[in-house]
Amino acid sequence: MSLSRADRQLVALLRGYALLAAAIVLLILLFLVKESWPILQHVALTRFITDTSWHPVQSLYQLTPMLSATLYSTLGAVLLATPLGIGSALFSRYYAPSFLAMVYRRLIELLAGIPSVVYGFWGLTTLAPLIGRLHPPGVSLLTGILILTLMILPTVALTVDAALSAVPIAYVRGAAALGLSRWGLISGVTMPAARSGIAAGILLAAGRAIGETMAVLMVAGNVVEQPHSLFDSVRTLTANIALEMAYATGDHRAALFVSGLALMSMVLVLVGLAEFFTKERRYV
Amino acid sequence: MSKNNLATVFIWLIALLVSGVFFWLLSDIIVHGLAKLSWPFLVENPKNAGRSGGIGPIIVSTALILMVAMITATPLGLATAVLLSEFTQQDRVFGHLVRRSLDVLAGVPSIVFGLFGNAFFCIYLGLGFSILSGGLTLACMVLPILIRTVEEGLQATPNEYRLAAAALGMSRGAALFQVLLPAATPAIVAGLLLGIGRAGAETAALIFTSGYVDRMPGSLFDSGRALSVHIYDLSMNVAGGDASAFSSALVLIMLLVIINSLAMSLAKHWQHKSIIAL
Repeated sequence: MSLSRADRQLVALLRGYALLAAAIVLLILLFLVKESWPILQHVALTRFITDTSWHPVQSLYQLTPMLSATLYSTLGAVLLATPLGIGSALFSRYYAPSFLAMVYRRLIELLAGIPSVVYGFWGLTTLAPLIGRLHPPGVSLLTGILILTLMILPTVALTVDAALSAVPIAYVRGAAALGLSRWGLISGVTMPAARSGIAAGILLAAGRAIGETMAVLMVAGNVVEQPHSLFDSVRTLTANIALEMAYATGDHRAALFVSGLALMSMVLVLVGLAEFFTKERRYV
Repeated sequence: MSKNNLATVFIWLIALLVSGVFFWLLSDIIVHGLAKLSWPFLVENPKNAGRSGGIGPIIVSTALILMVAMITATPLGLATAVLLSEFTQQDRVFGHLVRRSLDVLAGVPSIVFGLFGNAFFCIYLGLGFSILSGGLTLACMVLPILIRTVEEGLQATPNEYRLAAAALGMSRGAALFQVLLPAATPAIVAGLLLGIGRAGAETAALIFTSGYVDRMPGSLFDSGRALSVHIYDLSMNVAGGDASAFSSALVLIMLLVIINSLAMSLAKHWQHKSIIAL
């Protein structure tokens, strides 16, 4: 159907707005690169790995302690949140009586909406002292992992729940007709059928954990050191930016934008992977 | 015990553990937060770096930042959602590109938004540390969720509406403004509320854009401290600020819970019945 003249004008206007909305991502990338450019011109990328320490004022730019802190805390949080999140989704979908399932789902939705700064604050005032009693100082990689787990658990639970709800009802009926037990239905039919959605949910949660700033900034101690145990204080890439942006100038500031670029590329890879998994809708 | 029973026990244990931890968290914040919460706390100026006094100017700054964010994001988000939902048949490639870039935007970490906002709004556009810079940064951040919600709402309107409008000889634009957008009103409001909820919870993107100043803002070009930044500052930089931080956290959570449940109930409403009388 061809459009009238007024409609064509409307579409042109809408398209202009949409172009603007789509350009924001490019603008962000552009400005990250623009701000990192001064340092990338005279400092090789490898020096962010090979330098001996992070002392940007003395031109030492080693990011590896922060990188490992980010990776360890994300990995730990994903390892803990995945079984808990999947269990939560299974509980509200297959185990809980319908009233309880509704209450539980509301609880998870409520948790998904709690701001990260509140999680961080609670971790600092409640969890860190408890862990400190176990092994000082309390503000540590472990505390960071636990708080991150709480934060990404709702993401995992809600996406897995959505993936399970998309499994065709005929599968469930077929399983019931075969006389499968409840666990047989879950482990043999619905989980395999929903696996790409589940994988996408876990990847999205991992992306959230990598990009999370406030919670880890408040509970992980912020010492720039390669962690050797769960009780060591660590500083993640995001926390490093938040702590040093306030006074960083020149190359130091540019180095922080380089770590912003690194974060952005990690998240891009995860989003891309998640999309790949949701595209591929194979059922068993 | 059979595998089936073992799994049942495990799943119930997980649910108990998760709800237990969350009740612990919520009750901690409610019990400690109620201690200082009062009307004067909500309206007074903070004193002694926030240890005593209230959060009046901080609530005003938060509201202004959210207002700037939503006023900027709403036209952009609505127009994009309408284009994606109603007018991409003519141009699939363009629609695909826009969708893809919004997906990426949704995944950008908030601290990266903070870096961008600082470099672009504060320095490049010369807005400095201001409510305007913070609000505009948040506008970029809430666009994806706003667009997605409105787009889903528009797609949930029955196709008969479009056909009937076309049969009556209405132009596409008239059908959009007279039929489709009114029918999708709950979705639009839900999208706006979800956006406000997302923006209100944000901290990392605001520290380097709207700044720390806890005075009552005189204009949009003044720096203003958001509620979430206030909680962060009290707990990390102010010794003895925990009591005020708990109360501020309680205020923030209550605001977000109200906003999010309104959004959820509207979203459910449009899923159930998506027509209103015209």
